[in-house]
Amino acid sequence: MIEFRSVTKRFADGTVAVDNFNLVLPSRKTTVLVGTSGSGKTTLLRMINRMVDPTSGTVEIDGADIGTLEPVKLRRGIGYVMQNSGLLPHRKVIDNVATVPMLRGLTRKKAREDALLLLDTVGLDRSLADRYPSQLSGGQQQRVGVARGLAVNPNILLMDEPFGAVDPIVRAELQQELLRLQRELDKTVVFVTHDIDEAFLLGDQVAILRTGGKIAQVGTPAEILANPADEFVATFVGAERGKRSLHLENHGHGDVLVDGDGRLAGVLVGAPTTQDKAGPASGPGASAPGVEPR
Amino acid sequence: MTWVWSNLDFIWDRTLDHLLVSVPPIILSFLIAVPLGWLAHRYRVSRGIILTVVGLFYAVPSLPLFIVLPFIVGTSVRSPLNLIIALTLYGVALLVRVVADGLESVDREVRQSATAVGFSARSQFWQVELPLAGPVLLAGLRVVAVSTVSLATVGAVIGAQSLGSLFTDGFQRGIQSEIMAGIVATVALALILDGILVLLGRMIMPWTRPQAAVVRRAAELKRVAA
Amino acid sequence: MNFFLDALNWLVDPANHVGDGAIGIRVVQHLGFTAVTLVFASVIAIPIGFLIGHTGRGRGLAVAVSGALRAIPTLGLLTIVALWVGIGLDAPYVALTVLAIPPILAGAYTGFQAIDRTTVDAARAVGMSERQIVRLVEMPLGLPLLIGGLRSATLQIVATATLAAYVADFGLGRFLFTGLKTRDYGEMLGGSILVILLALALEGAFALVRILVVPRGVTAGRPTDIRVRSKGLTR
Repeated sequence: MIEFRSVTKRFADGTVAVDNFNLVLPSRKTTVLVGTSGSGKTTLLRMINRMVDPTSGTVEIDGADIGTLEPVKLRRGIGYVMQNSGLLPHRKVIDNVATVPMLRGLTRKKAREDALLLLDTVGLDRSLADRYPSQLSGGQQQRVGVARGLAVNPNILLMDEPFGAVDPIVRAELQQELLRLQRELDKTVVFVTHDIDEAFLLGDQVAILRTGGKIAQVGTPAEILANPADEFVATFVGAERGKRSLHLENHGHGDVLVDGDGRLAGVLVGAPTTQDKAGPASGPGASAPGVEPR
Repeated sequence: MTWVWSNLDFIWDRTLDHLLVSVPPIILSFLIAVPLGWLAHRYRVSRGIILTVVGLFYAVPSLPLFIVLPFIVGTSVRSPLNLIIALTLYGVALLVRVVADGLESVDREVRQSATAVGFSARSQFWQVELPLAGPVLLAGLRVVAVSTVSLATVGAVIGAQSLGSLFTDGFQRGIQSEIMAGIVATVALALILDGILVLLGRMIMPWTRPQAAVVRRAAELKRVAA
Repeated sequence: MNFFLDALNWLVDPANHVGDGAIGIRVVQHLGFTAVTLVFASVIAIPIGFLIGHTGRGRGLAVAVSGALRAIPTLGLLTIVALWVGIGLDAPYVALTVLAIPPILAGAYTGFQAIDRTTVDAARAVGMSERQIVRLVEMPLGLPLLIGGLRSATLQIVATATLAAYVADFGLGRFLFTGLKTRDYGEMLGGSILVILLALALEGAFALVRILVVPRGVTAGRPTDIRVRSKGLTR
């Protein structure tokens, strides 16, 4: 469990990135911090491995104040995946994955063996092991980044907009891959994004942030979508418009679902029991059970 | 210091000598380097050849060149012309690469949109690529100016007059203040020529004035802070 | 072309290959001097450059000092130091070490600064200590520009070492000055050609070194020639 207690971060130039922030991130769940730029989401993420230290307040991992831990040692126990993979360009894929275990004292041979297994885990062919990062596609690089993040078998995996720089098709692939991994590995994942669809897809818990690191709303995707705390959240998640506000329309031949822009979104299959826009037990986002995507 | 006050005329004459051998190479090297740099930028084959040759040339030490050159072009070792040719060659060696890189640095999209709106290859070079490469060229030219002024002093050891004569004369007669005066005068001359180039650059390329840089920097800082 | 024949004759004349002033000895002197000065300057400049590159502090100062050092004419520095410390090898050592520092310093810190910040950031985030970041990430990735700086410095030293014969009886430059004084065209041309060949050989050697030591995987799209940006023609 990760807990932020009254955390404030004021940068040297006076900018307040995070203001009196409180949040509990449950173990073995994915918590997504979502917000526009300037909402302090990355700053919050980086406080968990002490890349940034709070001006006041504490961050705790399983009840221990991480301010008392040695940063380098702490970081070696936490997986970190970032937007542009951050791989070392002068090391082969396999050595990039093996880097941290070797820093922790594992022999090169053992670290490389483990790294090969990790490539399997993230769905990369072993033939890519001897390539350099520049010889991989963006999506492949991100997979290597995830493998590196998992290399020390951490309990916590921090992901800073890891799929932000890849094209939409690859992004969707990587998102599914992450969901699969999370089912298998059961890590405490902290995920930062500005994409609300991604947040609803991946998050067990979603925290919507407004400028200055203030929480606008925390909850499961369904809670937030069904009951936005205020105008800001409603606008941010797009509950009032677009493809999230589906309604039934009768076209003579039967009922169809139509989105806020009047576009056909699908049909309702099975027995419709309520008029709820998104069923209470719905999965993430617009893909409520029974709604076939167009 | 007394040496300086009683020899102001001598220093002034050597300064004029110095200008005579250092200003023409700065101008000439620019005029020669632009077409060569364009050639290096334009075609892959010529790029390899030209950049290799100027790269090797750049490695040739100055004193031996000052001595070898007269035997090739037929000037006398001590003549200002010898120095001017040698310094021009160095300037070209340095600038060709700068010109090629500068033209290379012009945004691909800008170039394509220029083609798209109907610039001919020739007018595109003069009106789009060269002006946009301007700041890079200016930076290169400033380096050439400072180094040419400094390098010209070497000619003194083979008897070509310049501010370098204060070094050889001061060394042989053991007058430290003469050498110091020479160093100060050389550095001052370099700074003055550098300043003139900066001013010229601002006149010719008003869009690169510091104001623009300040705005850009502010935007950058904001992005970093976010 | 007669003069060049004279030069060739001078180069192969057995009389010029014996005794203290033999061509071979002078070449070795010249190279040895270059190597020692390069080591002196590197020992001073590389750690400072790494420190500046890693911390990002003191860059303004380094640029200012390097710029000032670069504007100082080499001959002026050589002669004034010679008057201060006396005629002999000390003056060239001091003067040349001073002159070789700026390109090496610039190569060291620009090498670090040219590295993508996210790479360094990621290395820190996965748990590398600052020392490990320098050793495992910044040093290998900054190597191409550092080698560029060392190459500039070497060419500078070889060239100025020739000039140093003006204040000390040493190296290949001696042939040039003796030839000039005695109007022995063969000697001064032959000596000049030797220096030029030596410089070109070192240039080639550096090109080779760079190919050998630059880590694979970083060769594409990186600026590797800092001479234009960091130094002028002062030699």
